[in-house]
Amino acid sequence: MALELELVSPFEIAKDLVLAVQEYTLLAARSIANFFRRPLYMGDMLQQADLIGVGSLPIVVLTGVSIGALLALNSASTLQRFGGITLIGQLVSIGMVTELGPLITGLMVAGRNASGMASELGSMIVTEQIDAMRALGTDPSKKLVTPRVAATSFMLFFLTIISDLLGLIGGNLVASLLFGLDSRQYWTSAWQILVFRDVFMGLVKPVLFGFIISTVGCYYGMSTRGGTQGVGRSTTQAVVASSVLILIVDFFVTKLIFALFGVR
Amino acid sequence: MATPTAPSQQEATQQADHPADAVVFDNVSIAFEEKVVLEGVSFRLPLGETRALFGVAGSGKSTILKMALGLLRPDSGRIFVLGEEVTSLTEEQLFAVRRRVGIVFQESALFDSLNVRNNVAFRLMEEHISDEEIERRVLESLRFVELEHTIDRLPAELSGGMRRRVAIARAIITQPEVILYDSPTGGLDPVTSNTIVELIVKQRDVYHTSALMVTHRLQDAFTMATHCFDKKTNKMVPLPKGQHSEVPMSFLLLRDGKVIFDGDARDLVNSRDPYIREYIS
Repeated sequence: MALELELVSPFEIAKDLVLAVQEYTLLAARSIANFFRRPLYMGDMLQQADLIGVGSLPIVVLTGVSIGALLALNSASTLQRFGGITLIGQLVSIGMVTELGPLITGLMVAGRNASGMASELGSMIVTEQIDAMRALGTDPSKKLVTPRVAATSFMLFFLTIISDLLGLIGGNLVASLLFGLDSRQYWTSAWQILVFRDVFMGLVKPVLFGFIISTVGCYYGMSTRGGTQGVGRSTTQAVVASSVLILIVDFFVTKLIFALFGVR
Repeated sequence: MATPTAPSQQEATQQADHPADAVVFDNVSIAFEEKVVLEGVSFRLPLGETRALFGVAGSGKSTILKMALGLLRPDSGRIFVLGEEVTSLTEEQLFAVRRRVGIVFQESALFDSLNVRNNVAFRLMEEHISDEEIERRVLESLRFVELEHTIDRLPAELSGGMRRRVAIARAIITQPEVILYDSPTGGLDPVTSNTIVELIVKQRDVYHTSALMVTHRLQDAFTMATHCFDKKTNKMVPLPKGQHSEVPMSFLLLRDGKVIFDGDARDLVNSRDPYIREYIS
């Protein structure tokens, strides 16, 4: 089979990129505006909350415990060298609540749900189900996009809290079983180190990440072209784009919250 | 050969006030990535009439249906559906027009995660109609296409012909004033195709619904032009010779993005245009 290579001008690439950003922005803005327009599909929101939230629970539990335990294990050897093993609770607590809890949960949910949304909506596009929905007088943005955005942002918030807690429990297990640290000491130091800023940061991030995961997943799903191959492409792109966006936004949100609270 | 006529500005304004036509295309053009698909297409679909759209693959037949519903926007020209100029409406305003129009997609486009009941009832559920009323109307629609027994099945469990019939049931459940059929018999065996044609004729003659039907199968359109639905026997019966022009059925042939024929079965058969003669031979 001959390999055909098509040369595309940089101008065309830039134009496509700008168009993609414009369409994504419109989809994201419309998904928020739909909260103030009737009908509001509460049934679909609950169904998506179950699929996204409850469905993601096993993977979030597993990664939460593992990350907490690994964080404790890796930092313990360094802390032990300086005689600061009692600080392990503080380290795990700060690490999990401000950064690793939201980030890892976000990435896990992105891998599981951004791909799911892109493939589901992409399949509906290529089989004309979205056109059928519009033809039947229903706005796909209201019926399909907004419930996913609401459910992901809402559920990721709680999934992150669960992940944070399980991470702390994982850290506690390592600290007490492997390094003989008293559990009460661990939890006291873990609790006392947290200030409002840390908790605020840890709870704002999952809402933003949930918004990114759902809007990117829906955007790639709704812009699918080219049959089943296109669905596969959209699925991959949704996971990559949402993961990269989460990492970028994470950096800037951290920086912004530090600035807001006067930390350099 | 009958020639297509474009409605004037004044006629178009009258159309909006008192629709005499179900669908009007006025000098409509559309291109996809510089490929011109339709160029200056004009035609009317009078109320109660069924019009078959013909043309080779890629001639823009399905595009006409999608534009009539506002799923695609033309580059130029105007489209009226039941008196509303769909080309000037926003997506939000279009939903009101779409509720008066039914469509049967080429591949049925049933929602694969919903069973037959919920597919057929989709529009009614969106309108928050009572469960009893929904059940009654779903059964009525499924009875029309003789598929009541499939009510709890998923689309994946149905044959191609059954899916097409469920799509017809979904399109007619709200008794729309216009139905758009996109290749309703495409890819089906002759027996199933005949069942579908009979359903379309039934809809035309019993409910007097206006319809645009995209098809590649001339024999289906000629069957519709030479048959009518007999309510007493609940069957499609052939019309006596000489009465063929009495059924509200017409033909529209597209070539290279333009309408090259617009008329009834007799005009089509008697056409001397070499392309049309070759097409219908």
